[in-house]
Amino acid sequence: MPEHMPFASRRGLLFGAAAVSAGAVLTACTSNEPSDSKDEPAGNNQPAADDKPGKQVTIGFAGPQADHGWLNAINDNAKSRAEKYSDVTLEITEGSNDTAQQIGQIETLINKKVDVLVVLPADGKALTQVGLKAMRAGIPVVNLDRIFNTPQAYRCWIGGDNYGMGLNAGHYIGEKLKGKSGARVIELAGLDNLELTKQRTQGFDDALKNYPNIKKVARQAAEFTVESGQAKMAQLLQAQSKFDALWNHDDDQGVGALRAIEQAGRDDFLMVGGAGALSAFQAIKQDDGVLKATVLYPPTMAASAIDLARALGQSKGIGGLAEFEIPSSLTLYSAVVDKTNVDQYMSTGFK
Amino acid sequence: MTQPVSPPLDSSTDKVPEARPPAWRGLLFRADVRTLSLLGVLAVLILIGGVTKPDEFLDTRNLQLVLTQASVIGVVTVGMTFVIVSGGIDLSVGAIVALASVWATTVATQEYGFAGILFTAVIVGVGCGLVNGVLIAYGAMVPFIATLAMLASARGLALQITDGKTQIVTVPSVLDLGERDAYVLGIPPLVMVFAVVTVIGWLVLNRTTFGRRTVAVGGNPEAARLAGIDVRRQRLYLYLLSGLCCGIAAFLLIVLAGSGQNTNGNLYELDAIAAAIIGGTLLTGGRGTIVGSVLGVLIFTTITNIFALNNLQSDVQQIAKGAIIVAAVLVQRRTASTT
Repeated sequence: MPEHMPFASRRGLLFGAAAVSAGAVLTACTSNEPSDSKDEPAGNNQPAADDKPGKQVTIGFAGPQADHGWLNAINDNAKSRAEKYSDVTLEITEGSNDTAQQIGQIETLINKKVDVLVVLPADGKALTQVGLKAMRAGIPVVNLDRIFNTPQAYRCWIGGDNYGMGLNAGHYIGEKLKGKSGARVIELAGLDNLELTKQRTQGFDDALKNYPNIKKVARQAAEFTVESGQAKMAQLLQAQSKFDALWNHDDDQGVGALRAIEQAGRDDFLMVGGAGALSAFQAIKQDDGVLKATVLYPPTMAASAIDLARALGQSKGIGGLAEFEIPSSLTLYSAVVDKTNVDQYMSTGFK
Repeated sequence: MTQPVSPPLDSSTDKVPEARPPAWRGLLFRADVRTLSLLGVLAVLILIGGVTKPDEFLDTRNLQLVLTQASVIGVVTVGMTFVIVSGGIDLSVGAIVALASVWATTVATQEYGFAGILFTAVIVGVGCGLVNGVLIAYGAMVPFIATLAMLASARGLALQITDGKTQIVTVPSVLDLGERDAYVLGIPPLVMVFAVVTVIGWLVLNRTTFGRRTVAVGGNPEAARLAGIDVRRQRLYLYLLSGLCCGIAAFLLIVLAGSGQNTNGNLYELDAIAAAIIGGTLLTGGRGTIVGSVLGVLIFTTITNIFALNNLQSDVQQIAKGAIIVAAVLVQRRTASTT
């Protein structure tokens, strides 16, 4: 193309320079470190199964990309727990949501001959084969939360209880609304594409069946993001001019939901959250809004997974149980955190 | 190689550099028919909403709600319309909104208060638009590729800044703007910004040389060049404009959601393109209206609202949305071709 044009005019250069300097000023603004606060990693306060140093264990850890507060907390919990033990070396891979990439990372850890593997798969079913491969290579696998297709692919599974989350949220709301006839409840669910959302809803519905005075009148699914939480909650509030309780599946989208509630000027109901974010704990403690409780899906499970991996590497059982071996499966309890016990959980809250 | 000869056109006239100059009047008329058919679709939706949920749907608060929800994506769509009219595409709008909204809500930025947040959101948007524009106009990159690259890097940078955490806004003046107390004569400030952007966008596209150049570049870039239009600079400005709209939208989103998150603006590119297309903007460039695009946004937001009020779940919502896009385009085409 014989199109002759100066690459950049003088005006263009000036403008460009201005833009670059504006950029330089802006880069100073990307910092997220508050001037004087040190992030206390959660999950450090609980006693470990056995604190006495033993045989050296190298633990390989592979998780998904930490693009969500909860997943970020998973990584932090694993790292800080491993640092606590003088006899544990943690080989942590860069998180990835790409199944092929995560398989590659785990295979690298197998080739490095780590003693134990802790795997939080981006997709449990898709990573079953590599779990099997590790087990066949004699490396015990601790499967974290998102479960493999077959128990042959892991030595021990530890994870949260999505059904239990819904169940406990339902029972908490049921007890609070006891004796109120014709009580109306609404549900702000998470991403409907995920099986865990269906399980949470199922648990919630099953719990509410115990309370004939309560009727679930509406349910909308957000996407675990603040933006979607605000949008869906605003619509729900418009749709339901009167209701008594709300269960929101996820505290991250709950930030948006609370914003919508505030914008609509509504305070005539009780809200229960889910997961256990720090901002939710703080709101519960302050007790000046609708959020009265949240149901845990504890990210401390990553710290426990490190404990289990260490015990496996040292061929020990876990304290408090009579067995010589650690269990093959551990489902964590989805505790309800409200004003009465929030202080205890504050340090486990994630941002 | 000989250049295809086009008649030299004076860029100051109203004519689009097309083979059939009288088509301009026809286009204007047909655009009106298109707008009418969109209004018809919207009227049908309002009827459905009014019949199924009379109390909740036909309510001032609901009107405020629908318009507020439309504001963020609406501002993005105005910018997108300009880009598509010029024959380009901007796939990075959602990612730019995400990057601008997290950059503007970091702890460091929030120390500068309202002005700091607004300034950062707008400048980050414009900066990303500048990079897009330079790559496309002077780096001769295909818009699809250049903005796809921006989509990936801006999302990555947004994730890096937030570390996956939700950045809650604590500046009261920003938060107050999204509250009911800030409404002027019942109109939320976000909606006012949306309205102002729409009016300016309409004026620029229809009443200025810049707008005519945009249409000319989209209709036939070679003819536009021969007519004396600096096509490259025009393209640079258009992606800058889209970036600016994303920056403004990011600020609106910060006000609306009271926070910044790297997941913000998820799939905005598709929503904005879909709204522009059902609004009658040609994906190949050379034709498009701001009014149509804004009506497209309002149609989508109204559909979402009606579904939510009727407690329909997201699977049904998605199926119906797809069907309505097809129906709207078919209806439009029919009304446009029979006149």
